[in-house]
Amino acid sequence: MPGTDLPVAERKPSLSGGAAPIIRFDDVAIAFDHPVLEGVSFGLPRGETKILMGVSGTGKTLILKLALGLLKPDSGKIIVCGEEITSMREEQLFDLRRNIGMVFQESALFDSLNVEENVAYRLIEETGDVTEEIHQRVLEALRFVELEHTVFLFPSELSGGMRRRVGIARAIITNPEVLLYDSPTGGLDPVTSNTIIELIVKQRDLYRTSSLMVTHRLQDAFTMASHYFDREQNKMLPNTDSSRDLHTTFLILRDGKVIFEGTAPELLRNHDPYIREYLS
Amino acid sequence: MPIFSLSDFAKEQLQAVQDYSLLAGRSVSNLFAQPRYFADTLLQADLVGVGSLPIVVLTGFFTGAVLALQTSSTLQQFGSLSLTGQLVSLSMVRELGPVLTGLMVAGRNSSGMASELGSMKVTEQIDAMRAMGVDPSKKLVTPRVFAAVVMLFFLSIISDLVGLTGGFMISYLLLGLDANQYWTTAYQSLRFGDVVMGLTKPAIFGFIIATIGCYYGLSAKGGTQGVGRATTQAVVAASVLILVSDFFLTRLLMGFFQY
Repeated sequence: MPGTDLPVAERKPSLSGGAAPIIRFDDVAIAFDHPVLEGVSFGLPRGETKILMGVSGTGKTLILKLALGLLKPDSGKIIVCGEEITSMREEQLFDLRRNIGMVFQESALFDSLNVEENVAYRLIEETGDVTEEIHQRVLEALRFVELEHTVFLFPSELSGGMRRRVGIARAIITNPEVLLYDSPTGGLDPVTSNTIIELIVKQRDLYRTSSLMVTHRLQDAFTMASHYFDREQNKMLPNTDSSRDLHTTFLILRDGKVIFEGTAPELLRNHDPYIREYLS
Repeated sequence: MPIFSLSDFAKEQLQAVQDYSLLAGRSVSNLFAQPRYFADTLLQADLVGVGSLPIVVLTGFFTGAVLALQTSSTLQQFGSLSLTGQLVSLSMVRELGPVLTGLMVAGRNSSGMASELGSMKVTEQIDAMRAMGVDPSKKLVTPRVFAAVVMLFFLSIISDLVGLTGGFMISYLLLGLDANQYWTTAYQSLRFGDVVMGLTKPAIFGFIIATIGCYYGLSAKGGTQGVGRATTQAVVAASVLILVSDFFLTRLLMGFFQY
């Protein structure tokens, strides 16, 4: 069970900064050999978690890469942290990306670096070396994902689930304003998946970091929408208090278009035949 | 539905040239911008320079030796065996030293760079780097280009020297030439233009080796098969470009120094 230690002492709440969505897509379209996203519009309010779902190849991961500025849309506007990134040059995007943490589908850890160097990658970029302060921050981030003992191991020595957790530690170490999760539980067994989801729920409920999460697993999505992290008991519990807002909504894509955006109860009440079939 | 479109092929090639040119340009302009990665540059200098030393020494030595051996019979017919040192010296310094060193390092390091960066590309490590606000062209490309340019310069000098030594061993031990005569003709035949030509080429070849290796690595797609393809293409492209650019550089420098 993950511990409740704060990854970094000086964590800042991400709810500050007004009511404007921290990420906004306006009529975004992109095509490769064929159109992949068409007229995608949505907003991610600060402090909220939005779960992106849809069948394979419908453009979910692409949305994360567009939000990060790794790809440019053919048309439409993307606003992240108040800045329109579609017109920004790569050099300008590097500064913006320091406010965003991303957990990649296959972890994307640097295989020639050990866990500490991976987790501290951004910090080492600024200081040039692993200082004592950085080492302590790495330990705190790893404690958050319960992997403190792996600090000097290499990614090849870790299991798939451990690599994902190191990926989460790497994403949160700089207290980003936004977290992007690309299928964080993809290819993992149910027990390990649950551990990862618990970490994401913990990050959501303790720090209210705005998040976009792509997942194929309905079970993970509904676990997130129906559970909260209890700080006293130090574990994820089912939400029995209907007045407690878990700040988690769903967005479903079909053929590159948004066909649903709303809360879990709204999704379950939806009568669209495609959505019914998708949920069944 | 057409199987092959000429215009699509032309567009792809044009796009590749454009992407390569932009990458090559950025690798140079990054030298004048922060941050600079000295540790990565030193590591690459070690990989390219020290790592390539054994093959460069072996290649240079036996090239010089075989050059002396092959030309000795012809020179002997004209009673000019004493010019062996001059012939080995000019051939090694102006042409064979830089070109063979370039080809050896291309085979060793262009492929290494392409496979390393290609593996990083297909496992999303390059995207992860960009996602964390680090410019891969600064972190990965510029250190490799700078290290290759500097190291090839010195490797070529070593290759020239070792080649001359190889030629000397044959001339002295097999052909019975006087040691003093060999080294004197080898030294005195070299003009300023020869040395400039011999030192300009490796710098250009180093640039080609690193930029081509990095370009193919960063363009790799399609998993491990794509990495293998990128590695092969990098070696082929770098080797061909070295030979083609050698011709034009030789012509240009010969014109400049009025040979």
